[in-house]
Amino acid sequence: MLRKIRIVVAAIFFVCITLLFLDFTGTLHAWLGWMAKIQFLPALLALHVGIVVGLVLLTLLFGRVYCSVICPLGVMQDVVSWISGRRRKHRNRFRYSRALTWLRYTMLVVFVALMFAGFGTLLAPYSAYGRIVSSLLAPVWQGVNNLLAAVAERLDSYAFYTVDVWVKSLSTLIVAVVTFVVIAFLAWRHGRTWCNTVCPVGTVLGFLSRYSLFRPVIDATKCVDCKRCAHNCKASCIDIANHRIDYSRCVACMDCLEMCHKDAIHYTRRRAATPAPSAAKRAPVANSSRRKFLGVAGLLAWSGLHAQEKKVDGGLAVIVDKKIPQRATPLVPPGAGSLRHFLAHCTACQLCVSVCPNEVLRPSGNLERLMKPEMSYERGYCRPECTKCSEVCPTGAIRLTDLTEKASTQIGHAVWTRENCVVVRDGVQCSNCKRHCPTGAIMMVPLDPGKADSLRIPTVNEELCIGCGACENLCPARPFSALHVEGHERHRLI
Amino acid sequence: MDTKDKTTKDPISRRDFLKIVGISAATTTATLAAGCSGGSATRGSSAQGEVPTDAMTYRVNPKSGERVSLLGYGCMRWPTLPAPGGDGNVIDQDAVNSLIDYALAHGVNYFDTSPVYVQGWSEKSTGMALKRHPRDKYLIATKLSNFSNFTRENSIAMYRQSFKDLQVDYIDYYLLHSIGNGGIKTFRARYIDNGMIDYLLEERAAGRIRNLGFSFHGTQAVFDEVLAMHEKVHWDFVQIQLNYLDWRHASGNNVPAEYLYGELEKRDIPAIIMEPLLGGRLSKVPDHVAARLKERSPESSVASWAFRFAGSPEKVLTVLSGMTYMEHLQDNLRTYSPLVPLSDDERQFLFDTADLMMQYPTIPCNDCKYCMPCPYGIDIPAILLHYNKCVNEGNVPRDGEDPAYRKARRAFLVGYDRSVPRLRQASHCIGCEQCNPHCPQSIDIPKQLHRIDAFVEKLKQETL
Repeated sequence: MLRKIRIVVAAIFFVCITLLFLDFTGTLHAWLGWMAKIQFLPALLALHVGIVVGLVLLTLLFGRVYCSVICPLGVMQDVVSWISGRRRKHRNRFRYSRALTWLRYTMLVVFVALMFAGFGTLLAPYSAYGRIVSSLLAPVWQGVNNLLAAVAERLDSYAFYTVDVWVKSLSTLIVAVVTFVVIAFLAWRHGRTWCNTVCPVGTVLGFLSRYSLFRPVIDATKCVDCKRCAHNCKASCIDIANHRIDYSRCVACMDCLEMCHKDAIHYTRRRAATPAPSAAKRAPVANSSRRKFLGVAGLLAWSGLHAQEKKVDGGLAVIVDKKIPQRATPLVPPGAGSLRHFLAHCTACQLCVSVCPNEVLRPSGNLERLMKPEMSYERGYCRPECTKCSEVCPTGAIRLTDLTEKASTQIGHAVWTRENCVVVRDGVQCSNCKRHCPTGAIMMVPLDPGKADSLRIPTVNEELCIGCGACENLCPARPFSALHVEGHERHRLI
Repeated sequence: MDTKDKTTKDPISRRDFLKIVGISAATTTATLAAGCSGGSATRGSSAQGEVPTDAMTYRVNPKSGERVSLLGYGCMRWPTLPAPGGDGNVIDQDAVNSLIDYALAHGVNYFDTSPVYVQGWSEKSTGMALKRHPRDKYLIATKLSNFSNFTRENSIAMYRQSFKDLQVDYIDYYLLHSIGNGGIKTFRARYIDNGMIDYLLEERAAGRIRNLGFSFHGTQAVFDEVLAMHEKVHWDFVQIQLNYLDWRHASGNNVPAEYLYGELEKRDIPAIIMEPLLGGRLSKVPDHVAARLKERSPESSVASWAFRFAGSPEKVLTVLSGMTYMEHLQDNLRTYSPLVPLSDDERQFLFDTADLMMQYPTIPCNDCKYCMPCPYGIDIPAILLHYNKCVNEGNVPRDGEDPAYRKARRAFLVGYDRSVPRLRQASHCIGCEQCNPHCPQSIDIPKQLHRIDAFVEKLKQETL
């Protein structure tokens, strides 16, 4: 019964959290956003004391229920392990192994060190899962959505709309693939090895769960040493020879309770504490590579060639893809406060990247900020009506109170490049940047101040510019816009 | 020069596969429905029956005495390919061949093209399709479309190229293209100062041009001046924009058709009608206008009213329609095989309908694509047509309090992304105004695009 409850609740959490990463409309977050916010590491980074204390208490009371129910990466491993166990000859594939406690604590120290170095997110379980879903599953989800949108268009229905599917960062994609392959391989062969060796959250909670109030206990008087429980323990933590369970590794999955046909294992109050060391495997190291963006296929236009000169009707001019300009300081969303605050709190879970409707956020390829989101405006700009990233951020790395705060937060400022501006280059009138500036920071001044009917060029009032990128995105100059936004290290209200 | 389909899409965004699936599904359903109805009092086939092959109404050219079919084929809206063929031709030649074969077989004998239509490929494709038929079975009209370079050399080169592309040694109807656009100054520069008018008169005398005329968009002053040349030049015909909306409610700089036709009638000059359907704006009408027309004649298409209106005046030689689809061709053939002239009562009914339609703030774009290509990549007609579609369907909410606001907002925004790729939407219009001189309907295009963009911003930010 306990096992069934665990499976049902875990399934609900797993599906809902996965949907959080898939839902690009942002509607689910209003209902399910809390599921991301109760994840251990994000709550710790957000300094959500209530949540952290709650999770600690939960573990002290019931053991590592968190790992079996709330953690999506843990449940994903259970799914993989379950499929693996369905194969013939693999039904009783687990064996008790001794814990390699020194390795676990070494990994924890390494993780803390990595966190300070900015790479900790590689091992953080919730973020790793987020990257796997948003990099590998989301494109499939969006593809199906686009198919439905195509059908809806034929039926004159507006129920579905098409979204762009694009590779936001090659390095993140590679990291996600490697993470998935390594963890799935470990789960396929050895169950919860990752959780009990590498995962920092697993180590911390494992330390606590050794003292948990409720736990599975073997009744040595009833046990016939058949080892059915040990052979089906994905944590490999049941030592039948001594009738002991290593509670630092037990994830309270309750499988052993149902496996035992002698009714010799009970989930009950503790009687004696007997911690045991644990076994371990080497942690895989995810690699990274330079960022490369795959451009969307350029749109083509055609025109007929004839002997005489003529302007023909119809056809579409070629639109060259925009390229990412060099920004001295990276752009992070309004609500991040400062680059430092943002980098210290973000776990690179990709939730904001998944929901950004304007294709502004993407994981960074820079080594210092690896996979943490940054902004760029060649596909869209940070629109005034949107606070999606702040709404979904579970760690408090992006925190906005309302739209007014966003509209007055300066995250950067626009810089004008003379050679790129079409007014100078093509000699046409253009004021598209000014027309779309939400703060009126752009003023048009004569290109040639001496002439009365001179063309006008844009200038930026840095005091008013908030760095939203409307000007950069809507600038007709391609591939590099005449205006580009430089980030600020510390954001400020204007 | 019309099509009833205003949602002609950019080839990239087409979903041909689904279209085919959709059509076959619809056909299957129709067949099944017909099969089930079965009773002796019902008809299994279309209510209109076969398209007659021998009932076309013809008008007689008073100069040559030749018979011209009342339905003329406008070659400005040929079906295009998703990607251009090996020679760069963007036109679906197989489709053109079958449309032209069908039109000829059902009595159409007038084909109107221009060197600049369909990205410059119309003459070539039309010529290839017509070459497969005897030269005396059809009349060809083309134009001197010297918009960008007025020099005599360039104009003559363009004139000669038309013969090559159309594969003919004489042109039945030759037009000075779109007079009035740019005012009388441009007219003089294009045809008088460079001596082209004298050159063309010589060509007419030599028989290489059988009828010389002009097509007109613009102010009354230009029309009057050019028509006054009739004494000297003797215009064999004049092409004007005429339909039941333009009869009195001409938009922009355009002159009411009532005046244009009246002046031609006075001088006994045959009129050729363009824009009888306003690029589909008179077939895709607001729902309750459509209901009004259907109530009067349930089995007639909405478009057929516009064609009967345009074809009824006696001095009309032919009415041009840019038929992209076989179904439009068939519908128009039915309307003119033979023409049932409008009664006075029906005429008044259409004028009342026009008054009703004027209350809708649509933009008078006829999807002629003269403004294209926009150097900054904007798909101008697609944006304007999407806006008009939403106006007609009631999806342009006045404010956030509108009871249908949520539904209308979604329909407008989702439909906008479907009709126009984001990079080609109005937000990217820089206001360089290079398009404006090309618009025959004298729409201030950047102004309209910026207005639509501001409306879209309000919808997106929910500040309407």
